[in-house]
Amino acid sequence: MRTWIAFSNILMKDMRSYYLKPPNISWGLIFPIAWTLMFFLRSPVAVEVRDLLPGVMALSILFGTTSMLAVTITFERKSRSFERLLLAPISLNLLMLAKTSGAIMFGVVNAFVPVIFASILTELSGINWLMILGSVILVAITSTFLGLFIAVSVSQVFEAQTFSNFFRFPMLFLCGLFIPLADLPVFVRPLSYALPLTYGADILKTAINQNGVISVPISFLSLLGFSVFLFAYSIYNVNRKWIL
Amino acid sequence: MKIIEAENLTKTYNGFTAVDGVSFHINRGEILGFLGPNGAGKTTTINMLTGLAHITTGRVKLLGEDYTRSAKKAQALMGIVPDESNLYEELNGWENLCFCGALYGMGKKVREERAEQLLHQFGLTDAACRPFKAYSKGMKRKLAIAAGLIHQPEILFLDEPTTGIDVAFARQIRSLIVDLHSRGTTIFLTTHYIEEAERLCERLAFIVEGKIVREGTVEELMKETQEENIVNFTLGGDLTNLTEEFRNQFPDFNLKLVNNNSVSIHSSATFPLFPFVQFFEEKSLPVFEAKIMRPSLEDVFVRVTGIELQKMQNEQTKKGKKGGRS
Repeated sequence: MRTWIAFSNILMKDMRSYYLKPPNISWGLIFPIAWTLMFFLRSPVAVEVRDLLPGVMALSILFGTTSMLAVTITFERKSRSFERLLLAPISLNLLMLAKTSGAIMFGVVNAFVPVIFASILTELSGINWLMILGSVILVAITSTFLGLFIAVSVSQVFEAQTFSNFFRFPMLFLCGLFIPLADLPVFVRPLSYALPLTYGADILKTAINQNGVISVPISFLSLLGFSVFLFAYSIYNVNRKWIL
Repeated sequence: MKIIEAENLTKTYNGFTAVDGVSFHINRGEILGFLGPNGAGKTTTINMLTGLAHITTGRVKLLGEDYTRSAKKAQALMGIVPDESNLYEELNGWENLCFCGALYGMGKKVREERAEQLLHQFGLTDAACRPFKAYSKGMKRKLAIAAGLIHQPEILFLDEPTTGIDVAFARQIRSLIVDLHSRGTTIFLTTHYIEEAERLCERLAFIVEGKIVREGTVEELMKETQEENIVNFTLGGDLTNLTEEFRNQFPDFNLKLVNNNSVSIHSSATFPLFPFVQFFEEKSLPVFEAKIMRPSLEDVFVRVTGIELQKMQNEQTKKGKKGGRS
């Protein structure tokens, strides 16, 4: 009960302080619109909204979660308020789960903003919503833990922002969303399979357009593996670098 | 009863020994002070005791239970006020206290009542709804101490509580510490202000380059370095030729001319003053004042550590302004 009180209050404070702030909410709306428009305008052939949906959803989660978490944790570390949390009598695992839960929820909500827009523009029948929900949650968890991994690897807020892009932009182009995996140069393909977004985007493609190329259970397992690895490595780093 | 027992605590970072085998204990209800210059190992010691730093070697116990490798077990019983007020800028005073209470698993009603009580006790009720970022440095420090007490800990760690804040607030904070002590709170305090250490602490440890070089009550520390008893007399009249006559009458005592109207009498043992007063009166030298001279804690610190106090305090003041840590 005592642990739950601490957990829920950390989560609620972060939601209030960071995730429910107007700039973030507007970002959740503007970002998917910008991506969708970009593909509409740049594509030489007519593009179906439904074809764009998996990509826009995945990127909304990735950019939303990694940006927020990496920056907020680095900021709290810099102002030393994070020390308060480290000194609280709750386990490090639970503390970090509390800190990341807000970002995960933010990512999940972000993912469904493009769905709402898409539902206005096109018909969304024949979609496996359960699979969508599962993949959105797992992509949000993995992306958030990637944000955590970034936060524990840097010490300044600007480093968190630049280091995030080191992971995000390669993922953007190599995850198979906009350039199919089969069309990528052979030597780049192994790199694609080493990126978590590849698996998340593929599940979304399967759920929305039934055109994924990787087995869904393998994709789910891969995302789970990435999540466990990123979280465990981040905790290891917190223990090593922040508790001196 | 011992609240904290530290045995041979050592902390090394990449081959550098920040704390080198320190051992001490803190009794229930007392204030133990760590006095030392910047980089002496004061904050590192607190970090080891509170779980913010891994202990390289040594052992630490809270209420008799070893928590060397599992500080989380002990953190519920500790209140920690770091050398920088690290509460949440975006929350107001009341929200900050309630949030800190929640971190220790306090229920909503309990933590809200306690927050109100602490805001009143610390004179911050009027500022309760103001964001923390709008607080002055002194108010921030007071709220940080209140946050350290929200869960009614067994022991409160205060790391440089008055560094970098103005004189008026520093006085208020010292009064608060005295008040907390009178209510039975056990306090571990680090400071570089010798007067603060002397006024607040029951026991003191001088820490230099990671080692405790001396430990004891203020009286014990002073007694240890007091090599002779000195009494200063302020006199009227001409003091020339006094030394010779004094030596003839009191061969076991030593008289030194301090200035034109005062002398000091030195002896290895304590002595009654009346024979000397009588002697001066006989010589038509009226006695205006007799003052027993004792070494100050500052003298003791300088003698024991070899560190010039003014230099140390200047360094710390600079550090306080920059917001750094030792």
